Amino acid sequence: MTARIGVVTFPGSLDDRDAARAVKIAGAEPVSLWHGEPDLHGVDAVVLPGGFSYGDYLRCGAIARFAPVMGTIVKAATDDGLPVLGICNGFQILCESHLLPGALTRNQHLHFRNRDQKLRISSADTAWTSAYEKDQEILIPVKNGEGCYVADEKTLDGLESSGRVIARYVGGNPNGSLRDIAGITNAAGNVVGLMPHPEHAVEELTGPSVDGLGFFTSVLQKLVTT
Amino acid sequence: MTSVDTVGTAKSTPDVEQPYAELGLKDDEYARIREILGRRPTQTELAMYSIMWSEHCSYKSSKVHLKQFGEKAPKTDRMLVGMGENAGVVDVGDGLAVTFKVESHNHPSFVEPYQGAATGVGGIVRDILTMGARPIAVMDPLRFGAADHPDTRRVLPGVVAGVGGYGNCLGLPNIGGEVVFDPCYQGNPLVNALCVGVMPADRIQLSAAKGVGNVVVLLGAKTGRDGIGGVSVLASATFDDDGLARRPSVQVGDPFEEKLLIECCIEMYDRKLVSGIQDLGGAGLTCALTETSAAGKSGMRAYLERVPLREASMEPHEILASESQERMLAIVEPGKLDEVLKLAEKWGVIATAIGEVTEGDRLVVTWNDETVVDVPPGSLADDGPVYERPIQRPNDFDLVQADRAETLPRPSSAEELRETLLRMVASPNLCSKEWVTEQYDRYVQGNTVLAQPEDAGVIRLDEESGRGIALATDGNGRYAKLDPYAGAQLALAEAYRNVSTTGAMPIAVTDCLNFGSPEDPTVMWQFAEAVRGLADACQALGTPVTGGNVSFYNQTGHTAIHPTPVVGVLGLLDDVARRTPMGFREDGETLILLGETHEELSGSEWAWVTHQHLGGVPPKVDLDREKLLGEVLVAGSRDGMLSAAHDLSDGGLAQALVESALRNGVGARVVLPEDANPFVSLFSESAGRVLVAVPRSEEARFTEMCTVRALPWARIGVVDAQSGALEIQGQFTVPLDELRDAHEGTLPRLFG
Repeated sequence: MTARIGVVTFPGSLDDRDAARAVKIAGAEPVSLWHGEPDLHGVDAVVLPGGFSYGDYLRCGAIARFAPVMGTIVKAATDDGLPVLGICNGFQILCESHLLPGALTRNQHLHFRNRDQKLRISSADTAWTSAYEKDQEILIPVKNGEGCYVADEKTLDGLESSGRVIARYVGGNPNGSLRDIAGITNAAGNVVGLMPHPEHAVEELTGPSVDGLGFFTSVLQKLVTT
Repeated sequence: MTSVDTVGTAKSTPDVEQPYAELGLKDDEYARIREILGRRPTQTELAMYSIMWSEHCSYKSSKVHLKQFGEKAPKTDRMLVGMGENAGVVDVGDGLAVTFKVESHNHPSFVEPYQGAATGVGGIVRDILTMGARPIAVMDPLRFGAADHPDTRRVLPGVVAGVGGYGNCLGLPNIGGEVVFDPCYQGNPLVNALCVGVMPADRIQLSAAKGVGNVVVLLGAKTGRDGIGGVSVLASATFDDDGLARRPSVQVGDPFEEKLLIECCIEMYDRKLVSGIQDLGGAGLTCALTETSAAGKSGMRAYLERVPLREASMEPHEILASESQERMLAIVEPGKLDEVLKLAEKWGVIATAIGEVTEGDRLVVTWNDETVVDVPPGSLADDGPVYERPIQRPNDFDLVQADRAETLPRPSSAEELRETLLRMVASPNLCSKEWVTEQYDRYVQGNTVLAQPEDAGVIRLDEESGRGIALATDGNGRYAKLDPYAGAQLALAEAYRNVSTTGAMPIAVTDCLNFGSPEDPTVMWQFAEAVRGLADACQALGTPVTGGNVSFYNQTGHTAIHPTPVVGVLGLLDDVARRTPMGFREDGETLILLGETHEELSGSEWAWVTHQHLGGVPPKVDLDREKLLGEVLVAGSRDGMLSAAHDLSDGGLAQALVESALRNGVGARVVLPEDANPFVSLFSESAGRVLVAVPRSEEARFTEMCTVRALPWARIGVVDAQSGALEIQGQFTVPLDELRDAHEGTLPRLFG
């Protein structure tokens, strides 16, 4: 049986179809989820895609976290270990939902920046990164205006000491994120937030590499084995 | 409510003085309105005529020239919708149709750079959406004043952030465009915006309002006081000192609202819920009501008090003139209204039935039961004034042409050539534009195969077949200043070449014609020459103009910008996997220069950068050669004979070599022809040339094809992946790191 991975569309989601394409290329069945419906339609994992949900009004992700679908996702992620990957705006929503600590703020240089970015995978022990080796370097696009990860020192120390930083920027920090953090996970390792866009690096033709595919094959592997 | 000027009042008070001159209408135009209506217009009608008969909406000065695009249009069976609708539509096969158009938002972007540029993107995207298409990419040809001028520091960052802010939030990849600096644009930056969309060929939507009893539904944002007079106050007059005081005439954009509108409209199209649709852009509701009813040869009734307002105190003429963004007008059969309203609610879009299609041919608008408008819509939309403006060749034209750049002092020693190269690649027009383009999302939608700095943007349309399109825009105001006829043709030739360089077959054209005041006969001469040149060249190349836009009054006081026709060319690829990128990659591949190099330096980037010189005649245009070159490039790409190709244009061969080398950090060894002057070989801007890298295994086959087809070619070197340098043998060597520092440092240093 194929794993079914839900991709949520909020008003203003942009990379939802791209995430669905990546899910498909990885070998799973993408299932479209609507922000206004709490029902997850029995999916095995969820991707919160990039974009500008609710136009980034108030704060990025601050309104989306109150969408009916998020209530179900937060509960399933907390109680049942549902694997959830938040990409870019999805990462912001996960922080606003308190599934992940810290916050994403305006890029330090104040510009939106889109470039091909090198990352180092710092933890291969999560639902979404197991296909990588620890310290493996990958190249995937980053594109955001508010991707500067911040948290207090204690939180940052805690994330690092518990191996919950999953990827760091190398070869230049594109947004000023503290300690070059590009992505983090929760204590259980089922919820991952990542600022860069693995779904844009799944085909040679359209991406800078196919290095992003590993995020999607990781979760597939986990779903098959559990 | 009695203070409103109604049709009844207008009839009973024929002699009331009306401020038509302040609204930009001439005496004879006002007299014609009175003649059409058989009475004086109401205040609201007067405002509507002033907007619809403005230069921006009526094309009154350009119409007599633009008709050449139709008269000289080459025959093609690809054209599904031609000029006249919101954008042209072309058949690209497999049941798919593509629509694309470029438009200007110049004046607003000078007054308020961020919002001006942002709403420029929003406007062109709605034009594409209106045709039934899903917008799939944008590109922005931009022109600014001198790079180091303090006001450029105000305008450029705002424009770039506005283009990015709006397009990124809509989820549209920005795949190309231009950034050009010249002092002539100091008080008149050009912000042109292009959008392209795709749809099933049977989903094309038209604007005609037909079917008596059908409901007129206003979708999208509430109507506010923003942008009132945008087309008449801003776009149809020359700026004077109070330019910045016109800020309230600039609209404010909300891309989130537009994103919802896009999704809502596309779902309506798929469910066949609308029978006609029109976006609200310049001239707002006035334009949408009159154009839909005029196109459908129908009458229409609209109830203004139903229009959702941001400010309750708005008067009828303000509601009709408002250019509030993110609005569409749909014509819906009564039986489908409920479904439309439900769908709009799903997407969080406000939808309001504001009127209906009626018998007859009058547009009647009421405001709380008072009739404020009763006009024949065609008189506003189609029967505006048409001017045959006087034209005059500039007196100094021959003098300027005689002042040739070929006579300027030029570098000769190897050391001087090396210095010139480094200075050129760092100059504002030739330097890397990454500081700008990295503020744009080029990945979203996951179908971007090539994007800037490649010769053309390439987008995949179909994941199964690999069918796709290529798009490029070009325009060189300096060439057009020296010879507007040739300049317009060179713009088309370059865009055509850029598209075919990626391996795509050019099929259609859109244009944005940016000029000074049409009331200046020398500007009008430039315009007439440029249109004639472009129409002739489109005919010769077999690529029809499908739509576009004219922007006049781009001048400060009496000084007009260089005539700047910007031309966009759409090309077709059967399989995007076959596209030819610009960067060198494989060691040892042969570099071949296609085309011929002449001593052509007038209007060149070299003449400007090193001598601040503009004079002489621009490079010669040879459209037959361009066509042949295009065919060879498309064949080379299709048959896998080319691994890289890059067009030669501004900065000549030197610039092309540098850009192809820096793209992947792979160098080259170049041998310049012995019988030519090395400086001319490197910096001449002769048209019709492309640099290609050919795998050794394909070299014989490729060169034989060129020879058989009589396309001049010359082996000029090899790709060198080991050296990390660009070597011009017998002259100089520059390490790629040094080139990169020079090429990439300029814009961050200026705009950081």
